[in-house]
Amino acid sequence: MKGSLTVVGFFALGCLLGWGFNQWDITILTDITPYVLYLLMFQVGISIGSDKKLKNILTSIRPQLLLVPLATITGTLSFSALASFLIAQWSVFDCLAVGSGFAYYSLSSILITELREASYGVQLATELGTIALMANIMREIMVLLGAPLFVNYFGRLAPICAGGATTMDTTLPIITRYSGKDLVFMSIFHGILVDLTVPFFVSFFCSF
Amino acid sequence: MFIVIGIMFGGIAVGYLFRKVAFLQKTERLISYTILLLLFLLGLSVGGNREIVNNLPSLGGQAFVLAFAGTLGSILAAWGIYHYFFKERKR
Repeated sequence: MKGSLTVVGFFALGCLLGWGFNQWDITILTDITPYVLYLLMFQVGISIGSDKKLKNILTSIRPQLLLVPLATITGTLSFSALASFLIAQWSVFDCLAVGSGFAYYSLSSILITELREASYGVQLATELGTIALMANIMREIMVLLGAPLFVNYFGRLAPICAGGATTMDTTLPIITRYSGKDLVFMSIFHGILVDLTVPFFVSFFCSF
Repeated sequence: MFIVIGIMFGGIAVGYLFRKVAFLQKTERLISYTILLLLFLLGLSVGGNREIVNNLPSLGGQAFVLAFAGTLGSILAAWGIYHYFFKERKR
């Protein structure tokens, strides 16, 4: 939770400064953003490539364990596609791109903003990126608050699937508490796997 | 899209080749700093954009619909696989 507060804090600080500069008609250059994004993707790659646990994880995969991340992905994407009927402004693929953040708000919002800029222009791309940021933060908050309810009505796997890419860090404590300690490994495994899919799904849906 | 994915695969290759270098084990921390910087930059462009600031309630509403849809879809799918594949085995 502390981590999410820092993230929201930095974003809010940026908003405030951006708003202030705009009021005073000072133009700020955010041209470096794509290069910082490239740096981020390179770092994400390095952390995947150099991860010593990755080999163990990949070899310990059993078909039944894969069902959980698969449920997360199909459930999220199918309902995100349905939600696009309620939102006239954006295409199905835009809604799918937002949904495929799987609560990993920082990376997904930035990727969407940058990748959509070519096809939509800065204005709409930034709007969609803002939606992605808010939607995925909201999803994390829903899990943090709703976990006991989810377990009650939808079984012990529900908070894990709802938690998406965050189930190995920010939502792990709450999942352990309400879903049970025996699901800790599954939760971590699920989080890592879904987390890995985020850059792929987001860039895939942004290519339409 | 291809640049972003390509750079990531480049990173994976570099990370794998140099996986014994202790410094690379600290990438996680570097990643969180880069993310904070990027969010700060995203904030700058959101805050400096009058149209977005004026549209914030509407964007927030759309975000809520998508967050709700994603959460609902995933817990329904979770219920499905729990019911069919996991329940009997556990109890």
